[in-house]
Amino acid sequence: MTAVTLDAGAPFGAAPPSARPAIVTRGLTKRFRGGQVAVDALDLSVPRGAVFGFLGPNGSGKTTTIRMLLGLVAPTSGEHELLGLPLGEALPRVGALVEGPAFYPYLSGEANLRRFDAADPAAPPATARRRVAAALDRVGLTAAAGKRYRTYSLGMRQRLAIAAALLGPRELLILDEPTNGLDPQGTREVRSLVKEIAAGGTTVFVSSHLLAEVEQMCTHAAVMRAGRLVAQGSMASLGGGQVPRVRVRTPDTADALRVLRSLGLADVRADGPEPGDGVSAELGGHAPERVNAALVGEGVAVRGFTVERPSLEDVFVRLTGEGFDVDG
Amino acid sequence: MSTAETRPRRTPGLVPVSETLRTAGRPAPPVAAGTGPAAAADAGTAGPIQATGAAGTSGVVDLAGTPARRFGAFWRLLGSELGLTFRRPRNLVMLGVLAGVPVILGVALRLVTDGMDAEGRGGGMGGLIASVAGNSLMLAFASLSFLVALLMPVVVSVVAGDAIAGEAGAGTLRYLLAAPAGRTRLLLVKYLNAVVFSFTIAAVVAVSALVTGMALFPVGPVTLLSGTTVSVADGLLRVLISVGYVGAGMAALAAVALALSTFTEVSIGAIAGTVVLVIVSQVLRAVPQLEPISPYLLPTWLTRFDGALRDPIDLAAMRDGLLAFGAYILLFGSVAWARFTGKDITS
Repeated sequence: MTAVTLDAGAPFGAAPPSARPAIVTRGLTKRFRGGQVAVDALDLSVPRGAVFGFLGPNGSGKTTTIRMLLGLVAPTSGEHELLGLPLGEALPRVGALVEGPAFYPYLSGEANLRRFDAADPAAPPATARRRVAAALDRVGLTAAAGKRYRTYSLGMRQRLAIAAALLGPRELLILDEPTNGLDPQGTREVRSLVKEIAAGGTTVFVSSHLLAEVEQMCTHAAVMRAGRLVAQGSMASLGGGQVPRVRVRTPDTADALRVLRSLGLADVRADGPEPGDGVSAELGGHAPERVNAALVGEGVAVRGFTVERPSLEDVFVRLTGEGFDVDG
Repeated sequence: MSTAETRPRRTPGLVPVSETLRTAGRPAPPVAAGTGPAAAADAGTAGPIQATGAAGTSGVVDLAGTPARRFGAFWRLLGSELGLTFRRPRNLVMLGVLAGVPVILGVALRLVTDGMDAEGRGGGMGGLIASVAGNSLMLAFASLSFLVALLMPVVVSVVAGDAIAGEAGAGTLRYLLAAPAGRTRLLLVKYLNAVVFSFTIAAVVAVSALVTGMALFPVGPVTLLSGTTVSVADGLLRVLISVGYVGAGMAALAAVALALSTFTEVSIGAIAGTVVLVIVSQVLRAVPQLEPISPYLLPTWLTRFDGALRDPIDLAAMRDGLLAFGAYILLFGSVAWARFTGKDITS
């Protein structure tokens, strides 16, 4: 599948910053010392207001990309832009969670947030206390605000990191694996938090390997493999590459194959060597109820009839090949 | 700033566009600093933010706003850094140990001199020790010359060597830089923090020694190393000069530790590296054949605060020392800056 690009052809600076995509990269490449190419000519375009899922197997270059976006790692070549602004001006408007939480263990959750707020030259000190309290409240840590970070559980640490990303009003949130270490309850909370934030107009860029999560949260997605972008676009356009299949569970394999072929369905095949394994075919433009009626009308014993739409996982596995193995 | 930040990525034609946008959409600055963000205090839900700073004079959109605002933000970060340094239990323990040494030294000298009085005066006491027994102020000089050789350098190395490496090792560095603290700004804050700490430890040693000395030894006119006697006030002034000089020397050492700190994510490496450099320098100084290189070694100059004990004060020696400290700060400060601003943060 060719990469689905949005408006990657538009040059930087063609429009005012607020009209340009939240994230644009052009040929972004990182070659680490030793020659390993972590990110290879990445052309990413994240539209404003999107909840953008950034997918890829471990080691595919997601975190290196995020580090380059935030100015932590210098690209070997290529360029990138956040919110249409130079990096120094964009970063105060960007909340980030990079590779898990990191705080001062001997400080309380609240003191930790004040520390990072002090590091942001754009954060007004007069409102620091209020903003820290609001961020803690947002992630449900108010009760633990005064406790030392050392005593926090993994889930609380992750929440504190999300709170740090919410310290100021943000136009863009970059969240690297935000649900790592959270229990199912916490995962749900993060998901609804992300939706809520996105509803307020903030663009959310979220890297994850949890495909179901991305499927539930995101409006757009990009898939990385071995440092290269293999696909990006809206969720609909990503899923559109695969057509739905009809799957019939029946002992009358031969008859079923014949009926499906006579109806004109493509890629008709038996799902296994044994009778009873069933048959499947691409549904194409056919109405599933008519296919079923035709099967029954021809005397095929239909025990099960399903239409399967490709999940993001199918798309992902097709694009990245070997699933979640670490890419060399 | 990193190469990523400095790489030009905007077409020249863009600047006026953003400038128009900025000036059009900006609220009155002084009030906005207080209320604008407060209105958006429910954090991330707020959509596109209103910039809070005043329109700068340069053609740059900048949330940090005016130079005054940026200056205030710098002090805020320095304040945060100082708060972290002076509240951290480890550092407080080190300050406590430094304060305790003059007390131990004073008590020991008192016991020794008492014993000698019983046997009949004098036998084998060194010049400085004899002076301490005779005058309380001298304990301050004795303590400084005792601690400046190793213990104070170790304590400074711990704080300055941990400055960048410690944040990198804990992972907090990436969040500070993404905040964005700014690399040059953060490095400057880290160094100024180490400088404040350097002068603080010199002052802590001196104050502890003065209090101990006044409790254990007679207070009165001070006999200097040159043999002349000065008043208590003059003596205190000379203690103050010594504290300033030793503080400056420790600040120079802090620059070395900070430079090493930018090369590693393991703070103990930067700390140990600095201490080893100090010890090696001491050893090299002790070799007579290596006399020519001794002016280039930091420990050579650290003990020169005794110029304040001469009459008149040996300004030439102290000036040379301060110049050496300045050279160290410039050299290692540049190394630290060059390394830190070009470094990939992968921790």
